[in-house]
Amino acid sequence: MDYALQQLVNGLTLGMIYGLIALGYTMVYGIIGMINFAHGDIFMVGAFTALIGFLLLGMGGVTFVPLALILVLVLAMAFTSLYGFTVERLAYRPLRGSFRLAPLISAIGMSIFLQNFVQVTQGARVKPLEPVVQGGVVLSRGGTVEVTLSYMQISIILTTLVVLTVFTLIIGRTPLGRAMRACEQDRRMASLLGIDTDRTISLTFVIGAALAAVAGMMYLLYYGVIDFFIGFVAGIKAFTAAVLGGIGSLPGAVLGALLIGMIETFWSAYFSVQYKDVAAFSILAIALIFLPSGILGRHEVEKV
Amino acid sequence: MSAPDPILVVENLTMRFGGLVAIDALSFEAERGDITAIIGPNGAGKTTVFNCLTGFYRPTGGSIVIRHADGTTYPLHRLVQHRIAKHARVARTFQNIRLFGGMTVLENLMVAQHNRLMGEGGRTPFALMGFGPFQKREAAAVERARAWLDRVGLTPRADDPAAALPYGAQRRLEIARAMCMEPVILCLDEPAAGLNPRESEELNDLLRSIKAEGTSILLIEHDMSVVMRISDRVVVLDYGQKIADGPPDAVRDDPKVIAAYLGVEEEEALAVDAALHQE
Amino acid sequence: MSGAAPRGMAAIVRDAGLAALIALGVGAPLLGLRTEPVGRGLTLIPRPGLLLSVVAAVFVGRILVGLFMAQRALRRRVISPAPRAMLAPPGFRSWLGRAAGPAMLAFALLLPFMPGIGRYEIDLGTLVLTYVMLGWGLNIVVGLAGLLDLGYVAFYAVGAYSYALLAKHLEIGFWAALPLTGLCSAVWGIILGFPVLRLRGDYLAIVTLAFGEIIRIVLLNWVGLTGGPNGMSGIPRPSFFGLPFSMAGGEGTFAGFFGLEPSPLHRIIFLYYLILALALVTNFVTIRLRRHPIGRAWEALREDEVASRALGLSVVAVKLTAFATGALFGGFAGAFFATRQGFISPESFTFIESALILAIVVLGGMGSQIGVATAAVVMIGGFELFRDLEQFRMLVFGLAMVAIMVWRPRGLVSSREPSVALGARKMVGAEHVAEGRG
Repeated sequence: MDYALQQLVNGLTLGMIYGLIALGYTMVYGIIGMINFAHGDIFMVGAFTALIGFLLLGMGGVTFVPLALILVLVLAMAFTSLYGFTVERLAYRPLRGSFRLAPLISAIGMSIFLQNFVQVTQGARVKPLEPVVQGGVVLSRGGTVEVTLSYMQISIILTTLVVLTVFTLIIGRTPLGRAMRACEQDRRMASLLGIDTDRTISLTFVIGAALAAVAGMMYLLYYGVIDFFIGFVAGIKAFTAAVLGGIGSLPGAVLGALLIGMIETFWSAYFSVQYKDVAAFSILAIALIFLPSGILGRHEVEKV
Repeated sequence: MSAPDPILVVENLTMRFGGLVAIDALSFEAERGDITAIIGPNGAGKTTVFNCLTGFYRPTGGSIVIRHADGTTYPLHRLVQHRIAKHARVARTFQNIRLFGGMTVLENLMVAQHNRLMGEGGRTPFALMGFGPFQKREAAAVERARAWLDRVGLTPRADDPAAALPYGAQRRLEIARAMCMEPVILCLDEPAAGLNPRESEELNDLLRSIKAEGTSILLIEHDMSVVMRISDRVVVLDYGQKIADGPPDAVRDDPKVIAAYLGVEEEEALAVDAALHQE
Repeated sequence: MSGAAPRGMAAIVRDAGLAALIALGVGAPLLGLRTEPVGRGLTLIPRPGLLLSVVAAVFVGRILVGLFMAQRALRRRVISPAPRAMLAPPGFRSWLGRAAGPAMLAFALLLPFMPGIGRYEIDLGTLVLTYVMLGWGLNIVVGLAGLLDLGYVAFYAVGAYSYALLAKHLEIGFWAALPLTGLCSAVWGIILGFPVLRLRGDYLAIVTLAFGEIIRIVLLNWVGLTGGPNGMSGIPRPSFFGLPFSMAGGEGTFAGFFGLEPSPLHRIIFLYYLILALALVTNFVTIRLRRHPIGRAWEALREDEVASRALGLSVVAVKLTAFATGALFGGFAGAFFATRQGFISPESFTFIESALILAIVVLGGMGSQIGVATAAVVMIGGFELFRDLEQFRMLVFGLAMVAIMVWRPRGLVSSREPSVALGARKMVGAEHVAEGRG
């Protein structure tokens, strides 16, 4: 029981990280209907920027942990957003309104480019980071295993919740959010009504990249090591989560991510670590057979 | 006409979407060899009837039965969709034309003959590679397609992509495509929509000739002049229920029908009125 | 960029300045600083020179692009679009279209015997042809049936591993094993096909991707059967219909039977012709199927699924035949890969392979056989050209994929050839052809 509780905590943490990435996928999909394959690599870039940020602060002598965390968060979000913006501008905007598969291939090309860009500029070896946040709260000590909620997990869950709240407010309450939702419904109509759709789409990518940067930083803090290839697997998992939740649905993305995080953690804990991805993907396939539009996706009544 | 010989029997057909009742215990029959029109204001559930009939929706309740001339019956409400076209031989067109736009006019008509070509030994390795007697059948299919192209006046455009045709021609092509299936009943969803008066007249002639050759027709139409002139029987729907059913003359004087149209859309009511007094 | 009027120099420089500023921001963390291991931790090494030169390059590059665009806009204005068509008269283009196929075939047939062609070139040709075949196989699924498959490499892997297992454990020869491997892959195509029948578009894409990953993870972890990450080695090499290629020569060998001097080139050339033959079979079958009701049903499904269903096409059958046929050829290619390499491991069957094959299909122009072949030559050949760049090679490759898509979103050959015609066959323009929702 305690063991299961511990897994629940771990799964929740992992799910939060996936959720932040999944939001980027689902937002972009909602607004322009494309799989932004490079999004996982944007997340990886976010993790690297955060790593460099921590190193810089370490060399600069900033030792107060909460301050360091906030500074790095802001830095990583800012620089990674720029990546989101640039990628959209270079690889997707010229293909707007063209053939559906062209942006997908372009995105795959961008993903290959980003991975190798980081590999070339930062080296292929894994990058370790000494734990920034240590210690934790022991939740229960009964029986053979003790259940701990590390401060790291607490900060990941808290940060994610704060970011998600801010994000929900932006989408729900601001003119930008309204413009985004309008573009999602009908882009041509939105532009006829005077919404600058290009700018809205750009901002969607920027917000998505910023969320991915948060995820990247959390990943770095949680696992303590990163390399140029982490974006691929995390990206696929997050995309899986977005699809499972119902692509285009923001709460769905988070819900799907939490599910994927749980499935992965519990599978690793009780069955086998090697097959954890198989478990996640199989659940996806099975879920989609029964819910072809995901859990919270809008079920399309076929228009004939 | 002697004893009734319905080709289509709809009984208590009900279709619900969540809480919305689109069709409510609808019963009607279509006589073999007739042109039966289904009319009604927008949102009355006409297209939903078609969708149930052709397997796009599985009805919530009730039955739809096709009776072939040889006495075989097909319960459409239980049939797997592709069997509806293949065995029950029900063909349809769509309100918003659905052609294979990137395929040529001729190819569109060839796809419609898929099951016939596949059925007669089309799966043997020789047939797959295009050898042997398969070639003859393919040639026959092309001939059948050509005959229909001649009838709808599209032979000169046979090798053009369907999407490149003008609107009226696309409507005709869709009917020709449905007819290439050699259906026993042809369901047309607003075939006259968007046609000019001359095209509309040509359509009437085409439908009459199809009827004369023994294919029954089920027709959804807004254009009252088409309905009144060519249909043998009219079923009027409103809010998913049948409010009138009978020969055009009887239906046109039915106060419930006029009220339904007047109550819903002035324009359409005027159209009914005009059609009534025109003849 | 979108403005039709040519812009002045000031605007171009301002634009370039903005681009350089963005490049500075993008480059600052990753280009400007390098993480270096020190002891157990990391330290940062600044690289201002690299960062500044990249920013400068972006600035200059952007100015050049701006000037080029301005020039072009100016030229467009002076010469109205109409005379541009004269540059390539339609007669020439259709002649080129008809001549390209036979010319490429002749080149492929004669390649091993051309002067100056050595082992390296033939090996490269073999590699290109493998991707041509894979591209043609995937083209059935994506190009014809319009079903987006991101896990095609799974069938390639199934083919390779089933050949390796059949050959090693049951000692079945290449020619006998080939149909079995194809069958095996086709069955997997159907197994994948069933659960995804109801899925559309990107749901289908992600499930096929997941399927590809599942197969790879299983291959990686089922050590008892597949050797896990170490792969399988010692896979029997093909023989010339029973005559082994051996350097020893003698009665029962290829060289001995034909009275030739034993040479390592014999096997290389044989493998080259083997994959050429396999690819041509793929092409032949695809061309035939396109003119068969099955092929037409695939294309009808891509064009409009609702209309297909109304015409009595069984969507289940149409989708499954497309998946199975595509998988079949993927399996053949896999068997060839295994026998050629003599060694296979899960590393050869990663997502990148699926992406590459899909890129070949999309770049070729979905549905076009000659386009896919050309795209395979361009992509694989181009990739080889940059061999000396080593670690920069994938970098350039990724950028090239983006650039090519921006340049030709519809692919090299975007028009579609009708499968049947009353008169002369006229190509169908890309603007009419649907891309499928599946």
